[in-house]
Amino acid sequence: MASENSDWSDDGRYVAPTVAQSVKILVVGAFGVGKTTLIGSVSEIAPLRTEETMTLASVGVDSLTGLDDKATTTVAMDFGRITVSPDVVLYLFGTPGQRRFWDLWEGLAEGAVGALVLIDTRRIEDSFEVFDQLETRTGMPFAVAVNDFPGAPRYGADQLREALDLLPDTPIVHCDARNKESSAQALIKLVEHALHFPASEKALT
Amino acid sequence: MEDYRDHPVRPYVLTSGRAHPSRNTIRPETLLVVDPDTPPPVTPTRQQRELLDMCGGLLSLAEAAAHMRLPVSLVVVIASDLVDSGHLQVRSAPRHSPPSAELLEKVLNGLRKL
Repeated sequence: MASENSDWSDDGRYVAPTVAQSVKILVVGAFGVGKTTLIGSVSEIAPLRTEETMTLASVGVDSLTGLDDKATTTVAMDFGRITVSPDVVLYLFGTPGQRRFWDLWEGLAEGAVGALVLIDTRRIEDSFEVFDQLETRTGMPFAVAVNDFPGAPRYGADQLREALDLLPDTPIVHCDARNKESSAQALIKLVEHALHFPASEKALT
Repeated sequence: MEDYRDHPVRPYVLTSGRAHPSRNTIRPETLLVVDPDTPPPVTPTRQQRELLDMCGGLLSLAEAAAHMRLPVSLVVVIASDLVDSGHLQVRSAPRHSPPSAELLEKVLNGLRKL
């Protein structure tokens, strides 16, 4: 079929024809924490963006008095792709921390390897809600990656574990989201953790 | 990043008013490809034709939606109809449980080669 897409076949946009399975990891974190940067540093395609609209009533913000209750807002998700073997492709979906946003994308959390939670030590409190949901609502394996912004306070893993009230098993790694090896290392920690501590049975509804 | 397309009509007009797909098995990471043995639909909608053009090679639903600049929720509905009619094939079965240890090992090995 002749179309504007007919020149796609050789530019790497398509998944290799040998691939028969896809898996996904959620890269979770507050706005501006570096999700898209991390995804872009390891992805074989330039990160793509997909958007959904949601009504503000479901955002849970209580300062909207007087606004039309049908007012909508747009929520974006950036994602990337890594062909990890001839038959398996891994997708990295970067999503806002709150579970109510994940639900915008049908089945986004279902069947995931786990979640890599990116945090910024200058705004640790932004991530409290994320951990609460991961632990109590999804049962999904997760690891914490501290995106080391220049000038951000440096804390040791023990200090962070205590501040974030994390289980002793939860991996905490420092990373530079701009750096491919560093981002890959954070993802490796998560997958190793998922191998040792699979999602609990209550997981993923 | 380019702006999302501005639609003259509300998205769900494009899907005959349905917000939910005919089957509930297509996920953002589900891999789709045109079935080469099925003749193209006789009277496809513009979105159906666009999705079929897009899936001339293997592509996840999320990628197709991003390239089409349409919401994933909308493209799921369009794709489900085309899967039902035999025009699109689902390559990767959707996963309802966490990946197996064998699959996780493959992911690990791939990440270690980055």
